Amino acid sequence: MHPAPSVIIFSVLSGLGFGFMCFMALGFLPLRGMWAFWAWGIGYALAVGGLLAATAHLGNPQRAIKAFSQWRSSWLSREGWAAVLALLAMAPIALGDWLGFGVPFVWRGLAAGLALVTVICTAMIYTQIKAVPRWHHWLTPVMFTGFALAGGALLAMQATLAFVLLLALAVVMLAGNYIGDGQFARAGQTMNTATGLRGEVSVFEQPHTGGNYLLREMIFVVGRKHARKLRVIAVLCAAVLPALMAAVGGVGLMLAAVVVHLVGAFAARWLFFAQAEHVVGLYYGKR
Amino acid sequence: MAQPQIDTSPKVSDEVRQTTCYMCACRCGINVHLKSGKVSYIEGNRAHPVNKGVLCAKGASGIRQVNAPSRLRAPLRRVGPRGSGAFEEISWDEALGIAVEWLGPLRDKAPEKLAFFTGRDQSQSLTSFWAQNYGTPNYAAHGGFCSVNMAAGGIYTVGGAFWEFGQPDWERTKLFILFGVAEDHDSNPIKMGLGRLKERGAKVIGVNPIRTGYNAIADDWFGVTPGADGLLILALIHCLLEAGKVDLDYLARFTNAPLLVRSDEGAEKGLFLRDADGKALVMSGGKLVPFDEAGVVPDLGATFEGHRTVFQHMAERYLSPDYAPEKIAGRVGIDATRIRALAAELARVAFDEAIEIKQEWTDFRGDHHATMIGRPVSFHAMRGISAHSNGFQTARALHLLQVILGTVETPGGYRFKPPYPKPPEAHPAPHCKVTPGKPLDGPHLGYPRGPEHLCLDANGNPARIDKAFSWENPMSAHGVMHMVIANAHAGDPYKIDTLFLYMANMAWNSSMNTTRVMEMLTDKDADGEYVIPRIIYSDAYASEMVAYADLILPDTTYLERHDCISLLDRPISEPDAAGDSIRWPVIEPDRDVRGFQSVLIDLGARLGLPGFVTPDGAPLYKDYADYITNHQRRPGVGPLMGFRGEDGEGVGRGAPNPDQLQRYIDNGAFYQAHVPDGADFYKPWNKAYQDWAVKIGLYDAPQPYLFSIYSEPMRKFQLAAEGFGDRQPPEAARARLRHAMDPLPIWYAPFGDDATDYPVHALTQRPMAMYHSWGSQNAWLRQIHGYNPLYVPTKIWNANGFTEGDWARVTSPNGEIVVPVAHMAALNENTVWTWNAIGKRKGTWGLDDDAPEATKGFLLNHLISELLPEKGDGMRWSNSDPVTGQAAWFDLRVKIEKADPPTEAQPAFGALNLKGVQV
Amino acid sequence: MTCLPGHTEKKLGLAIDLDTCVGCHACVTACKGWNDQGYGAPLSDQDAYGADPSGTFLNRVHSYSVQPDQGAAQIINFPRSCLHCEDAPCVTVCPTGASYKRVEDGIVLVNESDCIGCGLCAWACPYGAREMDVDEGVMKKCTLCVDRIYNENLPEEDREPACVRGCPTGARHFGDFADPDSKVSQLAAKRGGYDLMPDMGTKPTNKYLPPRPKDKRLDASLLAPLLDIEAKGFAGWLDRVLGKI
Ligand SMILES: Nc1nc2c(c(=O)[nH]1)N[C@H]1C(S)=C(S)[C@@H](COP(=O)(O)OP(=O)(O)OC[C@H]3O[C@@H](n4cnc5c(=O)[nH]c(N)nc54)[C@H](O)[C@@H]3O)O[C@H]1N2
Ligand SMILES: Nc1nc2c(c(=O)[nH]1)N[C@H]1C(S)=C(S)[C@@H](COP(=O)(O)OP(=O)(O)OC[C@H]3O[C@@H](n4cnc5c(=O)[nH]c(N)nc54)[C@H](O)[C@@H]3O)O[C@H]1N2
Ligand code: SF4
Ligand code: SF4
Ligand code: SF4
Ligand code: SF4
Ligand code: SF4
Ligand SMILES: [Mo]
Repeated sequence: MHPAPSVIIFSVLSGLGFGFMCFMALGFLPLRGMWAFWAWGIGYALAVGGLLAATAHLGNPQRAIKAFSQWRSSWLSREGWAAVLALLAMAPIALGDWLGFGVPFVWRGLAAGLALVTVICTAMIYTQIKAVPRWHHWLTPVMFTGFALAGGALLAMQATLAFVLLLALAVVMLAGNYIGDGQFARAGQTMNTATGLRGEVSVFEQPHTGGNYLLREMIFVVGRKHARKLRVIAVLCAAVLPALMAAVGGVGLMLAAVVVHLVGAFAARWLFFAQAEHVVGLYYGKR
Repeated sequence: MAQPQIDTSPKVSDEVRQTTCYMCACRCGINVHLKSGKVSYIEGNRAHPVNKGVLCAKGASGIRQVNAPSRLRAPLRRVGPRGSGAFEEISWDEALGIAVEWLGPLRDKAPEKLAFFTGRDQSQSLTSFWAQNYGTPNYAAHGGFCSVNMAAGGIYTVGGAFWEFGQPDWERTKLFILFGVAEDHDSNPIKMGLGRLKERGAKVIGVNPIRTGYNAIADDWFGVTPGADGLLILALIHCLLEAGKVDLDYLARFTNAPLLVRSDEGAEKGLFLRDADGKALVMSGGKLVPFDEAGVVPDLGATFEGHRTVFQHMAERYLSPDYAPEKIAGRVGIDATRIRALAAELARVAFDEAIEIKQEWTDFRGDHHATMIGRPVSFHAMRGISAHSNGFQTARALHLLQVILGTVETPGGYRFKPPYPKPPEAHPAPHCKVTPGKPLDGPHLGYPRGPEHLCLDANGNPARIDKAFSWENPMSAHGVMHMVIANAHAGDPYKIDTLFLYMANMAWNSSMNTTRVMEMLTDKDADGEYVIPRIIYSDAYASEMVAYADLILPDTTYLERHDCISLLDRPISEPDAAGDSIRWPVIEPDRDVRGFQSVLIDLGARLGLPGFVTPDGAPLYKDYADYITNHQRRPGVGPLMGFRGEDGEGVGRGAPNPDQLQRYIDNGAFYQAHVPDGADFYKPWNKAYQDWAVKIGLYDAPQPYLFSIYSEPMRKFQLAAEGFGDRQPPEAARARLRHAMDPLPIWYAPFGDDATDYPVHALTQRPMAMYHSWGSQNAWLRQIHGYNPLYVPTKIWNANGFTEGDWARVTSPNGEIVVPVAHMAALNENTVWTWNAIGKRKGTWGLDDDAPEATKGFLLNHLISELLPEKGDGMRWSNSDPVTGQAAWFDLRVKIEKADPPTEAQPAFGALNLKGVQV
Repeated sequence: MTCLPGHTEKKLGLAIDLDTCVGCHACVTACKGWNDQGYGAPLSDQDAYGADPSGTFLNRVHSYSVQPDQGAAQIINFPRSCLHCEDAPCVTVCPTGASYKRVEDGIVLVNESDCIGCGLCAWACPYGAREMDVDEGVMKKCTLCVDRIYNENLPEEDREPACVRGCPTGARHFGDFADPDSKVSQLAAKRGGYDLMPDMGTKPTNKYLPPRPKDKRLDASLLAPLLDIEAKGFAGWLDRVLGKI
């Protein structure tokens, strides 16, 4: 799949934002006044900024509001609702933290839950796509949640928690790589099933020498060597290094860990798209 | 939420105008939809006889042709050097003035110094009429480099060939064999026909080194070695004869098989035994009688005073073990058992599955037949056979195969389309006598029946610039267009003054040896004058050729002009109906361009050519529409056959009708005259057909004839080569002529095979979704074929260690190209190929300079020479069939090796910079 | 509208005959031509005359090489457009309801005025049947020529998809697969019409008719010579063939 920058930025940042807000809501980072204002500001900026970045991917962003209509069947629609509800639910908490009034814990729990639901909805957008076998696996939501929580914990300065979550994330990422690599084959789609033809099928001639949307959007071929290197970088930066930094602790190092984590997260998310193969590639003899 | 309401009955357009497609030469009927006066949608015309509503990929993209940015804008005069693309726009009056200034004095002095050659057009009846009245012998259309072998092979054998001459009986045939066809002119009819066969469960066999397109859906594929079809066919004939599976009755009645071939030594050896009136004789009931007398039952096995029948000569030749499948299998590249099995299949379907139609008919001898016997085996062939230097004889062999099976003009077999059948004798002979200031002594092109019809000057040298109808290629019925520029450049046989081209991209894809041709067009002599001093060209688009001309007469697109698809030329008949059609301006041009035919008529009038001016010198026709309506070739017979006469009721014959074009428009832009029942088969011999043909003006008297298994005209040339007769070939040509002019079909290795260091055959194919060079300007089609790889078979692919994305250096005796390669398994193992004419020169066709057509696309033409290498006889023969002069495109042999990827396909040329001349 | 109808009255779709398709691309441009001026936004092209031309098409024709276990390699031409799936994943993923499957005939459509161009439906389609139009930012797909098949401004015989009407070989057939007597149902039954990637669970409506077996060894017995020509000579053959002995 085409690793569109807007979608990568969106999912990484909004995931981090929601994860962070989750911890904030649950009171892991007890800040007050302007400190709270800035912390929540960062949380909102990440979540909303991410969501806005996502609209850059739309052909007709001016109609984005329509995306709320199909919550009964569409994960994208659900994500929209969840995001809005989460952001709304967080608002009194944020205000409370800033202005110093209390919000019942039930509400806090609800808001945190909505934030996580948002992240899961985002993940489900990908998970549900059967035509992209690498995504179509329960590890996808686990990984998205893992990123949100681990990143959120880092940003929330929860060294121990972050350490644990980051290690878990490392395990999930490695599992994702390992299982993901076999997913296409497990899905069982081949040029034979795609075309229904028997015998050894290969492309004689493409249907067009010019480009098209499918080739740009769904048939992205990433060099294997390139991918292997990036995978290492992703796991190291997103999980292993920040975990070590968290183990040492300290605000400065934790903030640095966030940056390192983000670098890894972007790499991981780039790979999440770039390595995902859509079955339509079979028609073009490319996967 | 409710499902959206949508309008399922939108208005399609404001208006539909019916005309004829010209995205290629197939001539399908189209409905052009207009919204606010602009073309909005094009679909096939269901009522049209050619396409019955369907359209090909090109036809359905016509809208992008009509609004292509490459359209020329106005007449042009060259202001920079040739090839620079520097032109100035001039008015039509200026343009025509220049043409008159060049051509007028030339006509009075040396009209042969004008060479007028036309390409893909279908107005040859007008262009040849013009050239004839101008008085130059140097006129032809592009048939010589296209497929004259197929046309001439057919005419000389059965009186018709494929495509517009005839077609398989799609409704009844049970076994259909396709030789060397990728797409053909008859694009839609062949596709429709194949679809019909598939629907009926009939069997399709493809004989082709490459298994794409039609061959891909064939039930069986014979991946023949290029140039070896003749051997394959003669081996099939061998098997059929051996088993006696030939239609003896048919051969005896309708072919020259029972004619007696003279065996006495001398000037008439090998000619037919004839009576005092020149009637060929046969033995019937033990008596020698003219072949066509009532009651004659010709004896195939007869001998008379040592003269034996054609049948015996034929049988003896092909029964020879030289033609046994086992003997030729290696050369043909197909197992002997498969060849034998194919022969058996042919025999089984032709004879065991014969069909019989209850329809009485009477033949030319007056014999009455109660039914029509059908042999449901049919064939179609095109350039795969034609474009080899042995193509004429191979085409003859294929017709011979059809004839011995009795499938020509019988139900389920191959059927002629009016005005065919038409044997060589019914065609004119070529003319070349020049009188300054006067018309030529007759039509340029025709079918020579012997040396007396050659176009030679008093010294025996070729009279035509292309050397058509010379000893080099005596039966060059369509001219030899691919030699025009080379000969004019070499001044061989003489120099010319003006080259006038119409609709032929001779500076690129339609020339052999393109690189050199571009040089010939720009070469200057010692005085600094261009070796070819003047070039006039009519094109509608910014093609490569435009850049090399001095004066450009910009044409309209096909939706903006009148055209006439005439029975005098290349009509749209079906086996069951004679048909013709028109194009008319369904939209008006939005720029300063004019239909070329109208321009030619105007030029003819300005030059005062007979046929174009009234006795007092005024223009005879206002424009082409006026000419179509009012021109008469013979009294009552004009360009269009429908709606003739004052009342518009005349068919074929009748006075001009001023409303004729409107009647055509109202009728969907075509007209058909149906062949009456009982006249629809056995046409060459069927009285009912012959009478009908006379009635509608196809000919003036019945002209039944016999199929020529043995070609007497060829034997006459052979006799000349043997030293008989007063017109004698030059010494160097004798051996070659004697061999090539064999009156019974033979096979010889294509001349290209002499390049023994070049082991690989290299071919081109037409892509179905692209028409020569002119498809590339089409925004939709160029997304399908924007560049062309060279397809390489598995054996060669592996031997060179090629992988996807690789490039190769391909070398021939004529040069080298470096091009992208791709693997193809369903391919003859010694053959590489590519799509034809995708490669473009930079700066043309309205494309950006970095268009893939110019950077990755390529032409094989750089590797093909118009001249064969010197063979020790001091001659450089043209790369053509020795009989017809057909360009031997597919004789090409190459070597191939892996190459470092260049930045762009090689050879690469500078941009032609035609941006300024297009809309 | 993102929920699929539980049942559609008709199941309109195409039966595509791979034994007959010559790969001419006529259906490709016929479709482009009709839909460029029909339902919804025109099908735009980018860099139409430049180095990297690209555009929206609703139907594409692939060409495959097939190497059977035995015998020569084959080429199979393979048109690909929307299959109007019964369980169309492209519909259920759509966040706006722009994608829907019509209750009356099962045609899967995009209501362009609702489409935000998120591209999800194209991701969800295993067959690559959807292409986003770059100029309009809306998702385009085969409409089964919904603006032709019921169009009262067209003569009855023309109320079929543009690609079907135009296909020169007649390899494309249009009809109602819910009706077992329809031409397409009959063809599918007779010729073993099959689904593409059936395991994807999409239940395509369109059926592909497989290529018939090719290059079967010819079963006819070989032609027996009339006689041994080497022994009996040409004269013997001539007498025999002309029935004189
Ligand atoms: N390697 C290789 N080369 C080949 C062949 C091959 O098989 N292999 N085939 C050969 C054969 S058979 C042929 S017929 C030739 C064909 O070659 P050409 O006859 O050159 O055919 P086109 O390239 O179609 O170009 C004809 C010219 O007509 C112009 N044209 C198009 N429409 C109009 C119009 O309406 N009016 C006017 N006035 N001009 C118009 C085009 O712009 C173009 O410049 O190519 C030959 N070249
Ligand atoms: N779409 C489209 N249609 C066209 C044209 C076009 O450019 N585009 N051009 C038109 C013109 S000008 C012409 S002349 C016709 C030509 O129509 P075709 O005769 O179909 O011409 P080619 O495409 O040159 O195909 C020649 C075929 O012969 C095969 N072949 C080559 N050598 C041999 C051989 O030795 N034996 C056998 N058995 N096969 C062989 C090649 O593989 C190829 O399939 O098409 C016309 N129709
Ligand atoms: S075959 Fe195609 S391009 Fe040629 S006339 Fe017919 S529709 Fe037009
Ligand atoms: S139009 Fe018909 S034959 Fe041509 S590619 Fe399409 S389905 Fe195949
Ligand atoms: S083919 Fe693709 S776009 Fe069409 S209905 Fe099925 S899933 Fe949807
Ligand atoms: S691109 Fe349009 S039709 Fe497709 S899912 Fe998004 S909104 Fe729906
Ligand atoms: S049915 Fe209509 S929209 Fe669909 S592929 Fe055919 S022409 Fe295109
Ligand atoms: Mo041609």
